Amino acid sequence: MQPQLREVPAVRMEAVYKHYGDFTALNEVDLKVAKGEKIVVCGPSGSGKSTLIRCINHIEKHDEGLIYVNGVELDHQRKNIDAVRRDTGMVFQSFNLFPHMTVLENCTLAPMTANGMSEAEARDLAMHFLTKVRIPDQAEKFPGQLSGGQQQRVAIARALCMRPKIMLFDEPTSALDPEMVKEVLETMKKLAEEGMTMLCVTHEMGFAREVADRIVFMNEGRVVEQAAPEEFFKHPKSERARTFLDQIIH
Amino acid sequence: MSLFSPTAAVSYFFNYFLMKGVLVTIGLTVAAVVGGLILGMGIALLRMSSNPVLAGAARFYIWFFRGTPLLIQLVVIYSGLPQLGIKFSVITCALVGLILNEAAYLAEIVRSGFMAVSAGQREAAWALSLSPWVTFRRVTLPQAFRLMIPPLGNSINSLLKATSLASVISVEELMRRSDMLMQEHFQILEVYAAATAYYLILTSVWDAVQRRLEKHFGRSSAAKTRRVAASAPVAQASAGARA
Ligand SMILES: Nc1ncnc2c1ncn2[C@@H]1O[C@H](COP(=O)(O)OP(=O)(O)OP(=O)(O)O)[C@@H](O)[C@H]1O
Ligand SMILES: [Mg+2]
Repeated sequence: MQPQLREVPAVRMEAVYKHYGDFTALNEVDLKVAKGEKIVVCGPSGSGKSTLIRCINHIEKHDEGLIYVNGVELDHQRKNIDAVRRDTGMVFQSFNLFPHMTVLENCTLAPMTANGMSEAEARDLAMHFLTKVRIPDQAEKFPGQLSGGQQQRVAIARALCMRPKIMLFDEPTSALDPEMVKEVLETMKKLAEEGMTMLCVTHEMGFAREVADRIVFMNEGRVVEQAAPEEFFKHPKSERARTFLDQIIH
Repeated sequence: MSLFSPTAAVSYFFNYFLMKGVLVTIGLTVAAVVGGLILGMGIALLRMSSNPVLAGAARFYIWFFRGTPLLIQLVVIYSGLPQLGIKFSVITCALVGLILNEAAYLAEIVRSGFMAVSAGQREAAWALSLSPWVTFRRVTLPQAFRLMIPPLGNSINSLLKATSLASVISVEELMRRSDMLMQEHFQILEVYAAATAYYLILTSVWDAVQRRLEKHFGRSSAAKTRRVAASAPVAQASAGARA
């Protein structure tokens, strides 16, 4: 960890606030993520986990504070937003695949239109990542013809086709039947092993224990606690984290 | 004299004068759909804009034209506007009235089609760095369009029949020409039987076209999309028959 700290961090948030009307969804959030670091974000429902990671690629606009992604300040300028989105990939709980396109078209659309890649190049790239998530044989199917687990792996491949430096996951396995959770988590583990910087909202504590460098625990819009998984699970500092862990582990 | 003469009805069906009226009906419908779609999309865009003045103007337009009978709109354009020194040819009056009216219905259909595409689709597009144009053209529009086809089809069916109201301002479409034949020969049932047959043929052909379109654009048949379509408020927009 020590040498990485001198580099530009992958994500740096300073005193970030996000309001929905009178409601404060993010309350003075500070967070620093080093390149290559794997963060698991957890906390009770409504604590601001989704809001946090959605602010990182500006799908949600923060109201106050500073956010830097790979040194680029997210200051609501089109140019910077675009630069940040090119550096980040996102995977959603509900997959959000484009239902009217085949798996392959889902994967080639962004490389072709946003990166000006030729169809052949984009196709090779897509097949490379579809192979990596172990569904190259489904390339010509439509998302609706795949299982949830397969759809989520396509979503991961689709994001990877833009060659992001940071991957954001918002409860990627919460919408899946139990038997499909594993295949998605395996895919994510593989990604982690390859050194991808990852921020992952998840309640999969086994995954967190195994993969995360750090757990970020949120409550009521605040980052309440940050610790290595060992320590977080064994000795949660806050009362709120203790009750949360009690609920989730049983 | 017999009660109803089938041979007379058949001969009216093949009457050249009446057939030309059918062509005018088709022409009015096609022009009103094309014009109404262009205008309706513009109004839908205004309605969805974040500018409250523009959105309010669009809302007023829709409220006004859906809230008044097409018949009054046609009569006002044809006989009312000349009082203000604005005068169009008969056919222009009919087209202006039909387009203005149809646009209000289509605007609501277009808008609810776009609203029914989940926010997650746009978010996924943004997260992939797609430009706003590509997001619209490749992600939102095709999905919205698929949801629009059924209500769009219903609206066109209803428009096809609504063109008969143009007969009141003396446009010689199918209805008007039937009236003219009827007044000449007094074979009321026979003439209107022929006209009815034409309307049924036109609406049936359109039904078949609509089914083809639905099948064509629904070909990816994603179970997920169907659920979205079923729960969407699109159907409501098409409800409400035209007077
Ligand atoms: N668009 C919105 N408008 C108003 N309130 C919102 C909006 N989005 C989120 N919120 C509120 O902000 C709070 C934080 O939401 P967020 O989705 O970040 O929570 P979360 O920690 O991801 O919860 P969950 O575990 O249920 O996904 C919630 O109380 C939610 O109701
Ligand atoms: Mg959430």
